[in-house]
Amino acid sequence: MSDHDDHDEHNAPESGPALRVKALESVLVEKGIVDAAELDELIDTYEHKVGPRIGARVVARAWVDPAYKRRLIANAPAATAELGIAAGPQGENLMVIENTPRVHNMVVCTLCSCYPWPVLGLPPVWYKSAPYRSRAVSDPRGVLRDFGLEIPAEVEIRVWDSSSEMRFMVLPMRPAGTENLSEEELAALVTRDSMIGTGIVKYPAGAAAPSGE
Amino acid sequence: MTKSLKELMESAELPPGEVTFAEPWEARAFGLAVTLASNGRFAWEDFRQRLIAEIAVADAAAGAGQRPATYYECWLVALEKTVSAKGITGTAEIDSRAEVIAANPPARTKAISAGPVKIA
Repeated sequence: MSDHDDHDEHNAPESGPALRVKALESVLVEKGIVDAAELDELIDTYEHKVGPRIGARVVARAWVDPAYKRRLIANAPAATAELGIAAGPQGENLMVIENTPRVHNMVVCTLCSCYPWPVLGLPPVWYKSAPYRSRAVSDPRGVLRDFGLEIPAEVEIRVWDSSSEMRFMVLPMRPAGTENLSEEELAALVTRDSMIGTGIVKYPAGAAAPSGE
Repeated sequence: MTKSLKELMESAELPPGEVTFAEPWEARAFGLAVTLASNGRFAWEDFRQRLIAEIAVADAAAGAGQRPATYYECWLVALEKTVSAKGITGTAEIDSRAEVIAANPPARTKAISAGPVKIA
């Protein structure tokens, strides 16, 4: 039998928001409004299972299958469902916008943090920050420079403001030299930032990508 | 005034964007809002409008040189206001439960999780 009695790292009294959330959860569980196990599972899903690799699969499929790409742009919820991706919360009104040599798209939520969870997971810290929310609209080229992206002046930048009515995901351009890669290899190149529009997909992967994974 | 994105990302104590929740309570607060909305206890849009309002308050505080509430602090306030408005629970009930929990720290055990504390 191991002896846990000398472990008291969990003993410190809680305060602030941690205590507040615990109290709220405790009340809701006691009332039978929230099931603690269901809550654990939901959190685990968003922490570990849902993430930008799902969106990357969608992008790779669109790159190799032009008919799929057309369906994706016409009706993203239906096209992602084809790949077995559940709409889930914040995925009901997904719209995919395509980057071209003449147009670079980037996505923001100016008022809060609307984001297409089912394909990208939860948003990164900077996406929720005041500087990004304001500057993405006032100075998109400057923001992109912060991300290490210099978009040529002749390329139009379109900024899309997510809301609960519409959540956007960018379909980045397929990099040159990838003609012989498999769909799976292509998916591995796609970064989260490239699907928000604050990055582009590079080949070989990671060539000076500032914050993609 | 506000920091540039680059400064923000460099000053963040966490690797930029790669951590979903900075602290366990943020995950619980996130999960509670999603669960309640998914189960029809309130409309997501209702919660979102309150979140927008709290974030606007935080942005104004930052603009006035005060410490702004963090994103999940805004989230938690919005969640409390939403459940209060829906009559699911209220500030008084949450306050008194918080007092009970604070006065009864978890027993010495490794079995403590981020989940709710059972009140005997």
